[in-house]
Amino acid sequence: MLGLGADLLWADMNRLLGFLFHQGVLDEHFLQLHHLQDESSPSFVSEVLNIYFHESEKLLNNLRSLLMDRDFSDYNKMAIHLNQFMGSSSSIGAKRLTTVCLAFRAATQHSNRPGCLRALEMLQHEYCYLKNKLHELFQIEQQRALAAAARYPLQNNQ
Amino acid sequence: MWFKATESCNCIEPQWPADELLVKYQYISDFFIALAYFSIPLELIYFVKKSAVFPYRWVLVQFGAFIVLCGATHLINLWTFTVHTRTVAMVMTAAKVLTAVVSCATALMLVHIIPDLLSVKTRELFLKNKAAELDREMGLIRTQEETGRHVRMLTHEIRSTLDRHTILKTTLIELGRTLALEECALWMPTRTGLELQLAYTLRQQNPVGYTVPIHLPVINQVFSSNRAVKISPNCPVARLRPHTGKYLPGEVVAVRVPLLNLSNFQIYDWPEVSTRSYALMVLMLPSDSARQWHVHELELVEVVADQVAVALSHAAILEESMRARNLLIEQNVALDLARREAETAIHARNDFLAVMNHEMRTPMHAIIALSSLLQETELTAEQRLMVETILKSSNLLATLINDVLDLSRLEDGSLQLETTTFSLHSVFREVLNLIKPVASVKRLSLTLHLASDLPAYAVGDEKRLMQTILNVVGNAVKFSKEGSISITAIVAKPESFKDARIPEFLPVPSDSHFYLRVQVKDSGSGINPQDIPKLFTKFAQSQAVQTKGPAGSGLGLAICRRFVNLMEGHIWIESEGIGKGCTVTFIVKLGIPDRPNESKLAFAPKVPGNHVSTNFGGLKVLVMDDNGVNRSVTKGLLLHLGCDVTTAGSSEECLRIISPEHRVVFMDVCTGLDGYELAIRIQEKFKKRQDRPLIVALTGNTNKVTKENCMRVGMDGLILKPVSVDKMRGVLSELLEHRVLFEAI
Repeated sequence: MLGLGADLLWADMNRLLGFLFHQGVLDEHFLQLHHLQDESSPSFVSEVLNIYFHESEKLLNNLRSLLMDRDFSDYNKMAIHLNQFMGSSSSIGAKRLTTVCLAFRAATQHSNRPGCLRALEMLQHEYCYLKNKLHELFQIEQQRALAAAARYPLQNNQ
Repeated sequence: MWFKATESCNCIEPQWPADELLVKYQYISDFFIALAYFSIPLELIYFVKKSAVFPYRWVLVQFGAFIVLCGATHLINLWTFTVHTRTVAMVMTAAKVLTAVVSCATALMLVHIIPDLLSVKTRELFLKNKAAELDREMGLIRTQEETGRHVRMLTHEIRSTLDRHTILKTTLIELGRTLALEECALWMPTRTGLELQLAYTLRQQNPVGYTVPIHLPVINQVFSSNRAVKISPNCPVARLRPHTGKYLPGEVVAVRVPLLNLSNFQIYDWPEVSTRSYALMVLMLPSDSARQWHVHELELVEVVADQVAVALSHAAILEESMRARNLLIEQNVALDLARREAETAIHARNDFLAVMNHEMRTPMHAIIALSSLLQETELTAEQRLMVETILKSSNLLATLINDVLDLSRLEDGSLQLETTTFSLHSVFREVLNLIKPVASVKRLSLTLHLASDLPAYAVGDEKRLMQTILNVVGNAVKFSKEGSISITAIVAKPESFKDARIPEFLPVPSDSHFYLRVQVKDSGSGINPQDIPKLFTKFAQSQAVQTKGPAGSGLGLAICRRFVNLMEGHIWIESEGIGKGCTVTFIVKLGIPDRPNESKLAFAPKVPGNHVSTNFGGLKVLVMDDNGVNRSVTKGLLLHLGCDVTTAGSSEECLRIISPEHRVVFMDVCTGLDGYELAIRIQEKFKKRQDRPLIVALTGNTNKVTKENCMRVGMDGLILKPVSVDKMRGVLSELLEHRVLFEAI
């Protein structure tokens, strides 16, 4: 019974991953990340992602405070933040987020404030979406790991 | 009167007594006679003088003399009624003598002259007759000329139009007018050729479709001669209207009109060439006239009939060519439409293929990605085998999807084979591994026999060769319910090429390539030899093949044949019949590699090195990146490859940490000029070159400026983010070997 549960969870996870790939939210770098996870670093991916979430939140807050400022004129500073955000997003394979960042950067290059605001909103939205989905993924992963762990005693006894 | 001498006066007394009344009458008569006698010559002279021609003048003179003398005699006789002197008697006597002489002479001469005179009369008669004859002839000539004029006019009318109907109508009208006909009709042969149908008439506007059979004797008679023939007014072709007049119907003439077809025109024989069909033209003179058909009229009719025949043939030719032209136009339009439809269809198909291709690729990638992900996890050996099979099958499916697109490219001729060096043995083993599970489920035994002289490595398109072999073996497995399947691969020798089945295929092996011959024999359901040619056509389904599973249709063999052809080879199937198994053989040309161990990085087996690769055991590297995430990722990457990684979050930290033990420094240069400056400072720090660690820039910017800057500050390498595991592995190998690596931007 437990084995069946693990399979179902496995299927769920695959489905979710497949969905995210299909949507273009994630790309193969996400998988590359998983490649790097092995016995020496069993929770590599989750560590990286935590750092990512932490940093991204900070960056987003910075961006927001910059834009909300009435006398804002320093687009370069915003561009720097954006580059950081873009860099980290592309490292973990968040394709859609990277694309939005590109658009945001283009708006800053044209000093287009309304464009920047729009892009920021979209960025926020995408980021939240990604965060939720990745959390979901992790939950399933943890459950599956639990279920799989439970199975082992059965197998070993055979 | 005789002389009677009297006594005294020497006078002569008349014999008779002067009986008063009788003498008086005699006296008067003599007087008038004399008068007449004298006037006749005067008249004669007068009229002769008047007339121009009179050949017998001297006859007249003679005659005149005779008459004058006769008159004189009678005049002198007047004096002899009374007593008259001797002189008078003497004169009288002289006159009488002269008269006698002349009259005798005249009488004698008249014997000669009167016949002449009579003959003048006959001549005159003769001349009159002649004149009458000439008149007649002239009338005839005039008529002929008229006829000729009519013919010319008719011809002109007839030939001025190319419309069949107009030609015939005009003919009838003009003929009717010229010859003053009562009725003129044209009978045309029907389609069957067995009857004549009344097609046109002069007087009746819309002839009702009378028909007469074509083999009536009168019609045969007309058709057998090219002259106009007089026919009886009672024969069926001439009886068009009920005879109402009380006179006899007028004479009827019929003439044939040859209907010439295009094929009848020959230069030398026209119109004697055998024409099969004639029309009949019937002409009727008015019934209340006593006219008869004259020769010239008949000739006119014959000439007109000929002209009509020519005009009709011209019209027929024109009709024919018009029809052909219209047909061509129609066909052109249809062809154009078909071409446009075909183009549209091709575009639609290409679009469809492109879309489907894309749509199919996306899930395929997901499958492949997740399968490879799955491979990374903990699996039992059995599961690993299954997952590997899934992965390989998915790869093949992806290849197939590519090939669906390829097939359309194949047909366009735009497909090109990829040439790489690969191991032949591994290709066959892969195929075997893929097919074994399926074969074992069906309890089929699978044997592979590779010839000993088969080269280990070959140059060619590995992917497509494998696809071909897999397709063939797959078919063998699919269509066999039991038994065994054997695969043999040998190097084809020139002797074996003299195969009767492929007479036109004469390959010549050389030093740089050889011919691989693969034969797959199965003991399955076999194929009817008649169906063999159909197998290679796309989507053709052979009825004879009994299959329980998916039918034997599809692209498989068609694609195989294309690939084999592209590899300059040949593929064929042999089967002895249903239930007797089947043998598929193909020969392809492969190159012989120069170095047996040549292998390119691109075709290195894509085994994800998930476990620790010991290439870079303990290599000390330093990663400088101010982005936490990137730092972690790069660190993880390098740890995965077995390096000993230290990280720095800023330039200062980096300078602090860096030591000669670090062999490579990876620094992020996305953020401003920090990286470049850092590189310069590191170089300053390490005076001796061999101590200095290799400095490699990591950047996401793909512009030449970055590259130039890196080279300017003396960096040893540049790689583009994002970096995958394999890429990093390759990069490290390259760096350690060559100590420099600038990725192409």
